[in-house]
Amino acid sequence: MSGERVTRRLVTGWGSAAATSADVVRLADAVSVEAAVLDAGHRGVLARGLGRSYGDAAQNAGGMLLDMPSMPPSIMLDAAHAQVTAGAGISLDQLMRTLVPLGFFVPVTPGTRQVTVGGAIAADIHGKNHHADGTWGQHVCRFGLTLADGSHRDVTLRDDPETFWATTGGMGLTGVVTDATVDLVPVETSRMLVHTERAANLDDLMALMEQTDATYRYSVAWVDLVATGRTMGRSVLTAGDHAPPAALTGKAAADPLAFSPGELLTAPPVFPSGLLNKHTVRAFNEVWFRKAPKRRLDQVQSIGAFFHPLDGVGMWSRLYGPRGFLQYQFVIPFGAEETLRKIVERLAGSGAASFLAVLKRFGASNPGPLSFPMPGWTLTLDIPAGLSGLNELLDITDRDVADAGGRLYLAKDSRLDPSLLARMYPRLEEWRETQARLDPTGRFQSDLNRRLGLTKKVLP
Amino acid sequence: MNDAVGDPQSVLVLGATSEIAQTIVRSLVARRTRRVVLAARRTDALEGFRSEMATAGATVETLAFDADDTASHDAVIATAFARDIDVVIMAFAVLGDQATFDNDAAAAVAAVHTNMVGSVSAGLIVAKHLREQGHGTLVVLSSVAGERVRKANFVYGATKAGLDAFAQGLNDSLVGSGARVLVVRPGFVHTRMTAGMKPPPFSTGPQAVADATIRGLRTHAHTVWSPPQLRYVFSVMRHLPRPVWRRMPG
Repeated sequence: MSGERVTRRLVTGWGSAAATSADVVRLADAVSVEAAVLDAGHRGVLARGLGRSYGDAAQNAGGMLLDMPSMPPSIMLDAAHAQVTAGAGISLDQLMRTLVPLGFFVPVTPGTRQVTVGGAIAADIHGKNHHADGTWGQHVCRFGLTLADGSHRDVTLRDDPETFWATTGGMGLTGVVTDATVDLVPVETSRMLVHTERAANLDDLMALMEQTDATYRYSVAWVDLVATGRTMGRSVLTAGDHAPPAALTGKAAADPLAFSPGELLTAPPVFPSGLLNKHTVRAFNEVWFRKAPKRRLDQVQSIGAFFHPLDGVGMWSRLYGPRGFLQYQFVIPFGAEETLRKIVERLAGSGAASFLAVLKRFGASNPGPLSFPMPGWTLTLDIPAGLSGLNELLDITDRDVADAGGRLYLAKDSRLDPSLLARMYPRLEEWRETQARLDPTGRFQSDLNRRLGLTKKVLP
Repeated sequence: MNDAVGDPQSVLVLGATSEIAQTIVRSLVARRTRRVVLAARRTDALEGFRSEMATAGATVETLAFDADDTASHDAVIATAFARDIDVVIMAFAVLGDQATFDNDAAAAVAAVHTNMVGSVSAGLIVAKHLREQGHGTLVVLSSVAGERVRKANFVYGATKAGLDAFAQGLNDSLVGSGARVLVVRPGFVHTRMTAGMKPPPFSTGPQAVADATIRGLRTHAHTVWSPPQLRYVFSVMRHLPRPVWRRMPG
């Protein structure tokens, strides 16, 4: 293979909990993607973006990983149609730095800008606007896909909905997305107008979120999972919209589309384990809850502060110490609030140290068989991986989630019992058939696939 | 695959008649492990445990494996690795009897061959497979008997000292490969192998060793002691003057 460089190295997800080694391939262009796919050995190949999947979705032990961000950057804006075509390895950070000053925002952003366009399709990511705008995949017009036989095709929703929806949320197992065209949101400013409100407990929060979701495009709540009893589920809701120019004053008004988020500091490479414990987390959460305003409307915030607070700390995942951590995210359908309450109660009582959990109301689901969001409540929390009894605690929660008709998010999962997968994703078999048609020999592999058995052919 | 909390899905046991190894496997199958490969010299002796693990929900394969026949190791271990193995437990060893060894050098050599030569052979072959698949843990059942060798069982102790040193070096050589070695150092364990012997202080049972091993897998430790206090006991024992050590009871 010409123009490529292969390095065998240790690779982890963002939770850095289960490292495996793989041959990481730097890519020169789209042609080298095709060559690399054909060159994949008996342990298969997988595209990898910026490694922000928390679990093992972007790992391929003993096999090949295509380093998509190593491809030459390409961002093409079609301002007239408010669309951008970008390479799969382009990050949402790069997109925003380029597009926001020109008056365009990405249709969906998760809690970090450090995800790629290709990864956003593979995980069918969602953001604070899911209740209003759906997932990333619902704003993709087309994407280039390199298939298992090395051929390349342009996939559109109109001409090939089956491939489109199998790839959207397909965790990279249908092929390598090389580039995508995405609809953008025109914005007049780079600021957000934010409504912040405290909720005394989980029930108050859920009622409050139902109200605010009708009026705001973006909303999410940070929940204190350490608080128990009367204050169980106490939280701070933030909701907002893109700010109109009239809302800006001073320097911001002079340059309404200015966008230059900085990284404030980077966590040191070696951080002692155990620093995040029940007591430090409890103290942190107390301060955090007290310092939030009881209710505040129309506060102007930057995009970074509103959407990506953790991007201000580089490698913040190191704060969990060398053993790493796992992020746990599930959705419980509307109507099963009792289960959500039970789960929050159990997690709060367990002392599983989680800084903060995030609660969000999802809107309608999309046609992707493996797309995560469904109408309901999604809760996300971080837990140090070394905690004793952790898997047992989460196994019980998994079963509650499955019994309630909910599911776990595959981009975050790192420990689900495979026997629950088909219950959580009832359309798994349908996806499997499509995947097997696109990749009959099982050339696309990942550690997630080996662990959960998503595809028909798991190698080896 | 080993998941984020360190629970494996597949396990290979070399020396699967070992009570300690079987206790570890039982605990693993109670968690996520669904594929179990049991390798031992006499596969008929595995029947009871095979059916127990199958009933517990695992898919069980058995393989004939003779630790002494190092020429056969490549083929047997490759058979197990036809599909990924997340954890390999190397558990074969003979204890022997020092009084017998004193009068029968050939018997001592045979014990050294099994415990040391067999382990080096199997350990290196397993490491090669783990390195290739890019993940996995080799669990080496060592012993505190190798931590400081006693006159009462110095041939056995010497094999465990050699094995332990080999395992440490192997682990260091695997850093960065996705594979690792976990050295398990139990004290006196009440099993068939030690039945009738007088237990010294800090004796323990197979379940305690299994629990320590699983804790080690979950915390990515390179060494676990069972019971854990032995680590501190032996950090003192190791430095006792020889005349004092020689007179220690047991």
